[in-house]
This record gives sequence, C-alpha cells and structure tokens, in this order.
Amino acid sequence: MNELRRKLLRGSSAALLTPLLGTGLLLPGRVVAAEWNKTAFTARNVNDALKAWGAANAAESRDIVIQAPEIAENGAKVEIDITSLVPATRSIAVFADKNPMPLCAALEFSGNAVAYCRVQVKLAETTRVRAVARAADGKTYVAFREIKVTLGGCGG
Amino acid sequence: MADTIKIRAQVQGDIADIRILMQHPMETGQRKDEKGDLLPVNFIKTFRVLHNGQPLIDGQLNTSVSKNPLFAFKARGIKTGDRLTVSWNDNLGDKRQDEITVA
Repeated sequence: MNELRRKLLRGSSAALLTPLLGTGLLLPGRVVAAEWNKTAFTARNVNDALKAWGAANAAESRDIVIQAPEIAENGAKVEIDITSLVPATRSIAVFADKNPMPLCAALEFSGNAVAYCRVQVKLAETTRVRAVARAADGKTYVAFREIKVTLGGCGG
Repeated sequence: MADTIKIRAQVQGDIADIRILMQHPMETGQRKDEKGDLLPVNFIKTFRVLHNGQPLIDGQLNTSVSKNPLFAFKARGIKTGDRLTVSWNDNLGDKRQDEITVA
C-alpha cells in the first residue's frame, strides 16, 4: 500500500512538474518548495545535471565565494562554505563534476536568510566543484573550485 | 525512529549563525556490508528550516551529502525567544522534526 503510493509519487510528480520549471509557470522555491528535482539529482554527468537545474548557461561570477580545503584527506566528509554576493540570490546548488551523480545539494533561501551555506559532501575523487547561484530574475551564476581527494568517499 | 536534529543558533549583532546537525546514515546504495551485500540507498531528500513558522531555508539533498551532515546558515532578524524548526524527509518515508527556542 505504502509502497504503491511511493511509486505513484515518484513516478508522477517529478515527471509532471519538471518540464514546467523552465517555462516560468512554476517558479522553483515559491510554488513547490520541497519538491525534489529528480531529473537534476539523478543526472549521471555534470552537463545533464546543470541543464536539468536550468543552469546550462550560467555566467561565471566572482560574486560567489567558495571556501573549501585544497586537499581533502577523507572524501566522505568535505566541508564547503559558499557565500553568494549576487544580488537577490534565491538559491545555491552544489555540483561535484566527477561524482556519480554530480548534483549534491540545493538550498533555497526565503525571508531573512542570508545567501550563505556550509555543506558537507562526499567526493568520489579529485574533482572540480561548482556552486550555482540563482537570482530572483531566474539568471544563474557559477563559480568553480578544484578539490583534491586522497581517499574517495562513495564506495566503502 | 530517527535521532534528534541538533539545532544551534548564535545571534551576533544583526546576523544569527544557525547550525543544524541531522543524524542520518545517508547511504549511497554503493556500499556493501560484511557479507558483501549492497546496503540499500537511504538518504534525506528534503529538509526545511522555519523561523517562527515562516520558511527560511528549503534544502534538497542527494546521496552524496555526508553521513550525519552538519549544515550552517545565516539569517537576519532572529531574536532571543524566536522559534527555529527543522524537519526532514528521507527516501524511505522516514521523517523527523525538532524545534528550539533561540537563547
């Protein structure tokens, strides 16, 4: 019973809603606040993930500051600090290019929240990490950072 | 039943630092147990932080977020006595909600 319900939810909601995201009919964050963007999260390479996140054409920006270790000894827990100084930042998404599923986390800010987050992610191997900020007008901006990983954090 | 979400808020002038520790295995579905069987994928998909009942942060996560992940955020306008509520939902239908009053 419960399993059936889950299947229905998984099958229908993401598939129905995601095509609308780019059209402006559904603004991410406002209408479907906690909807998990299945297409973006399960994408197997970074270009597909960026496309599904609507950030394929993100402009490189110096207003996004990524603080992270240059070398991470343990890929199972890598702490990344991201601050976006892009005016009216609505969300920050973290991508690790070489992870099996590159999109790690996406955070949307409402009310009095400052466009800052610290996240802990697993990195499979040495990779480029990108932070994508989306402004209120829907434009996306990106910054990069290379993180060397001594011991991968995905398998075991 | 999932473990407590640890929430800390420190007001420093205008801006409050919020730290949230969600206790969750965050299994990728790629790890194996001692017998060589794959451990099923189990991760937090969405979480939400509310300030006095109003949305502050909405997060969507993937399996690549660390086990027992710590998050930090910043927000303006948080005062002593305000309520901070954090809730999460994982892929297996488990959930947890906890609340603190800012000291």
